[in-house]
Amino acid sequence: MGNPIVFFILAAIAIAAAMGMLTSRNAVHSALFLVLNFATIAVLYIVLNAPFIGMVQITVYAGAIMVLFLFVIMLLGADKLGGVVGEDKWQRYLAGFLAVALVVVFGIVLAQGGGVDTGTATAIDSSPAALGMRLFEGYVFPFEVTGVLLLTSMIGVVVLGRKKRGKDA
Amino acid sequence: MTPGQIALRAVIVGFIMSLVVVTGFAYTTLLERKLLARLQGRVGPNRAGYIPIPQRGKKERKLLGGILQPAADAVKLFFKEDPTPAKADRVVYNLAPMLAVIPAILILAVIPWAGEINIFGAKFSPYFAIAPGINVGAIFILAVTSIGVYGIVLGGWSSNSKYAVLGGVRASAQMISYELAMGMAILIPVMMTGSMDMGVITAAQPHVWNWFVFRQPVAALIFWIAVMAELQRHPFDLLEAEQELSAGFNVEYAGMRFGMFFMAEYMKMVSLSAIAAILFFGGYHGPFVDQIPALGFLYLALKIIIGLAIMIWIRASWPRFRYDQLMQFGWKRLLPIIVLNFIITGVYFVLLDAGVMPPFIETLHRFFTG
Repeated sequence: MGNPIVFFILAAIAIAAAMGMLTSRNAVHSALFLVLNFATIAVLYIVLNAPFIGMVQITVYAGAIMVLFLFVIMLLGADKLGGVVGEDKWQRYLAGFLAVALVVVFGIVLAQGGGVDTGTATAIDSSPAALGMRLFEGYVFPFEVTGVLLLTSMIGVVVLGRKKRGKDA
Repeated sequence: MTPGQIALRAVIVGFIMSLVVVTGFAYTTLLERKLLARLQGRVGPNRAGYIPIPQRGKKERKLLGGILQPAADAVKLFFKEDPTPAKADRVVYNLAPMLAVIPAILILAVIPWAGEINIFGAKFSPYFAIAPGINVGAIFILAVTSIGVYGIVLGGWSSNSKYAVLGGVRASAQMISYELAMGMAILIPVMMTGSMDMGVITAAQPHVWNWFVFRQPVAALIFWIAVMAELQRHPFDLLEAEQELSAGFNVEYAGMRFGMFFMAEYMKMVSLSAIAAILFFGGYHGPFVDQIPALGFLYLALKIIIGLAIMIWIRASWPRFRYDQLMQFGWKRLLPIIVLNFIITGVYFVLLDAGVMPPFIETLHRFFTG
């Protein structure tokens, strides 16, 4: 499924955006590159016949999480800090080593498995209704556990952010 | 049709509808200025492009005064000097107006303008839209409106001006707060019809008594309030509060780049008014629309204009919120009410399916759906 040319164009954009996000010195530019990356991934989902996931990707990641990131960056003036990144040389070498190691591991897995056969993936009904049925029939327990986890962290934030009684701020 | 033909048709229809709505945007500005003037006891723009009708013995009558005002505004904006602030982030500064306009146009993709219709031999089925049959239409609207905030936030940040940054920060906090209420309000018609397809939602409200505004009045009201907040229209226009921020996020912009922010705001007014008409006011349905499907365009346009007039009326009538009131209203009033509405709707349908509802409620249900 999906046109290979479209896939490679999207993949190139996604990788370029990710690189831009890592190498950019300005926090706001980094955030924007990350938004571009998320948007490209969303288009990839749509190409893979999963429009609902693609739209959720944009709504949640690009529309909510990254807007909050930008909000915090602008509020704290973190874009003006600069120069903090890349002070320690050893971090850079370690990151480079780990990146190479990851590529080697991928290569070994692909070589042993003879590549990934994409032909076996069958087209499934990707409408929101079908997705909902699948989620609530087969995966209710993981879904609920995730919900409880998110609720817990939300309550934690409320408790931590609450004003102390009798004290200001 | 082959996928290529479908894509080609979508491009052609999209091009034409975008042109129509861009013209509509220009006249929305005129509508706002004229109507606002009338509500405040003024005349409004009446010089550009009137039709003189000579009258015997008296001064000539001026018909349709101000009809060319949008064209005059556009000419002015194009020829104005458009400086970039010295310490602005140039790339982002130029990108921001585009990021504001693009989502405003994108929303149009899922709007159904008419039912099944033949135009010059081309058959549009099951309904006429730029991208018909998108089964994630509701969440597409949410996705597109949620990225609309980037233009404003980045415009404010890249100007390197304190007023503009404050406007941008306010915009991001406000839009995130009201997006929740708006998203849940959109989901209520989705629950009622069991589909995220805008065409299916429209098809479920053929008669006035089927309109979701009568079946879900609370959701309709909350959707409308949240839309006003998403548009940053009065009384939610804190990000451009003149007394506090001079002009807010767009204070450093001039010329056509300012014009694009302006355009984004008014086009979003048009497209969200259309979404409100589709979700709660029957979309393209109206008298005789089954016999003459082309009337659908007219009815939807009429409903959009009524929506715009209500937005302008609200602007003329109410004072602006204070910031803490804005946040409290969004999080402590709108969100709990819409969540409650959501739960009640869900429980209602479960009980109805189980057949344990009292008979008079079932009769009412048949009346509203029939």
